[in-house]
Amino acid sequence: MSRKVTRRKFMAATAAGAVAATFKFPAPAIAQAAPFKLGLLTIKTGPLAQGGIQMEQGVITYLKEKDNTFAGRKVDFVSADTGGSPAGAKTKAQELVERDKVDTIVGPLAAFELLAITDYIAQAKTPLLSLAAAEDLTQRRPNPYFLRASACSSQAMHPMADYAAKEMKLKNMITISEDFAFGYEQMGGFQQTFEDNGGRILKKLWPPLATPDYTPYLAQIADCDGVCQGFAGGNPLKFMKQYGSAGLKFPVVTGQTGGDDALLRSYGDEAIGLVSCCPYTLDAETEANKRFVAGMQKNFNLDPGFYAAGLYINCMVIDAALTKAGGKSDDKAEFMKALRSVSLSDTPRGPVKFDHLGNAVGNFYIRNCEKVGGKLVNKTVKTYTNVSQFWTYDEQKFLQQPVYSRDFPPLKS
Amino acid sequence: MNFWLVLAVNSITFGGLLFLLSAGFSLIFGLMRIPNLTHGSLFMLGAYIGVTFVLGIHGFQLNFWLAAVLATLSVAALGALAERFLLRRMPGDQLAQVLVTLGLSFMAADLCLMIWGGDPISVPTPPELDGFARFGVLVFPAYRLAIIVIAIVFAIGLWLLLDRTRLGAMIRAGVDDPDMARVVGIRVSQLFTIVFALGAGLAAFAGIIGGPILSVYPGLDQDMLPLALVVVILGGTGSLLGSFVGSIIIGFIYNFGQALLPELAYFVLFLPMLLVLLLRPQGLFGRHVP
Repeated sequence: MSRKVTRRKFMAATAAGAVAATFKFPAPAIAQAAPFKLGLLTIKTGPLAQGGIQMEQGVITYLKEKDNTFAGRKVDFVSADTGGSPAGAKTKAQELVERDKVDTIVGPLAAFELLAITDYIAQAKTPLLSLAAAEDLTQRRPNPYFLRASACSSQAMHPMADYAAKEMKLKNMITISEDFAFGYEQMGGFQQTFEDNGGRILKKLWPPLATPDYTPYLAQIADCDGVCQGFAGGNPLKFMKQYGSAGLKFPVVTGQTGGDDALLRSYGDEAIGLVSCCPYTLDAETEANKRFVAGMQKNFNLDPGFYAAGLYINCMVIDAALTKAGGKSDDKAEFMKALRSVSLSDTPRGPVKFDHLGNAVGNFYIRNCEKVGGKLVNKTVKTYTNVSQFWTYDEQKFLQQPVYSRDFPPLKS
Repeated sequence: MNFWLVLAVNSITFGGLLFLLSAGFSLIFGLMRIPNLTHGSLFMLGAYIGVTFVLGIHGFQLNFWLAAVLATLSVAALGALAERFLLRRMPGDQLAQVLVTLGLSFMAADLCLMIWGGDPISVPTPPELDGFARFGVLVFPAYRLAIIVIAIVFAIGLWLLLDRTRLGAMIRAGVDDPDMARVVGIRVSQLFTIVFALGAGLAAFAGIIGGPILSVYPGLDQDMLPLALVVVILGGTGSLLGSFVGSIIIGFIYNFGQALLPELAYFVLFLPMLLVLLLRPQGLFGRHVP
């Protein structure tokens, strides 16, 4: 369906281009009244569609709430499906920038998509707000046109490890996560903070992204007192189910993707007791969150999770920046400055501001999964406020160590 | 010790599941000479349809096994329709047929996404098997042991069907030499439909039976198809024994490979396929070169 629309749009654009080239119409000089063009890169087909569809729902919910208007300008919303591949992300980003002439892009979902377009975005000078967690884009190789209002991979894992060591009193843990950058960065962050607090990581397991059966890995989980899993997409569900049916009883902690509120409707009782740390929680008692949850209920009849909230917050940031800039977004560098200086006191995740590298500083919630009235809910048990991507570490020192990877930090023998 | 035994039992369980998936794939490959690239989709479709009945639509809820039977039958019917109305129209053109199955698999994936959404669905374990079997100090989930039993029952049933019935003899004849089979009066094209429906049904059955372990999610099809392909290339096309032995071997390689050499998990999984293709292209028990 989406492909058909795209092709039609393509034909229309080509025809319009041909007409313009033939007659050389002067460009209309009404910048102010022109609508603000918002592009979304998301995934609506394939295995990652679950999060991608929610991203679009988050944007739509905010636009409906604001009656399609940011700072007095009408918003033209263009949604593009990358199909979940780096090549698709690149193509669609180019389409959004060059054909649709969008003012700002939100998305994409996956780190590998973001990495595929980061250079192009910097070159095209189009502001990009993404959920994708690839750490170095706000750390060792920052992109001046990139802003992340959610969290980098390890940002939720630092407080999670702090909580696991101090409050859950865990000592010896095993980590398990997908064999790709998002997994390495999460587990690396967890290991560093957990070991700084006197804990020890015994083993790090890395199943491939597509692993139908986790039992070979589950068989290696023994002689520990806790497990940290960093799965994403639909994998946390499969993992927890198999973990439960293998009879394992060690407490499990996880991050933003593993304990996502939107997954709870798919989880079974095996998720009870799962402790997660997330930059967004459904039960946050903020005014903005009440509006957001009510909007999602009304529009889509479902409880939102991290992906929808992330995009909703991205839209809030853009709206605030546009208001600040007096509705002007033509000068991309100026608009980017306005975006970076946004500081919101009330969003669905609580207050949000950005550090000088473009990453969010905000609240992180430790939640315990419980069953209330036959329904699974994440109940917030502790809130870490004002958490930056550097946790409590010194920024200079943190940036001097290599990015978290499969082998960094190394296992202590 | 426990670790090795758990892995061994699990290898057989996974092998059993792979057998259900790949037996049909192998027969279709053997008879029609095409790798049916919708096989992963049929597996996923079976799981989706089955879980829909298990979880209930409009309060209409079914027992797990009844749901499995219903899912199997409906996907078998879909398979028969696809063969009769699409593949039949390109007789002998194997490249076109393979491409059609590939196209169908993409369409099925997006259709499933439209109907069931992107959320992964977890399939409840049938309550009567939702426990553990204990052997001394060893504990196994009862459901995984049940899968082994189911796979063995199906292996025997399929063997009887192929070896002891008239239909089985006709299928074997079609696999060995379709032209000669036609000459002696076997309606090979009708066999195509029957075998395709049988294979589709088996894949769907594997899908719903595997559901409580694997759960159902978009992309399940792409996870399973390569495994079926490896099994059949290893065991040989058109041979039931080949898929059985191939499934068990792959079950072991998959489990032990991932546990012992996680960095090389895919490498060890596909290495036997490579060796078989180089040294014995017809597979361990295959009747002809694919």
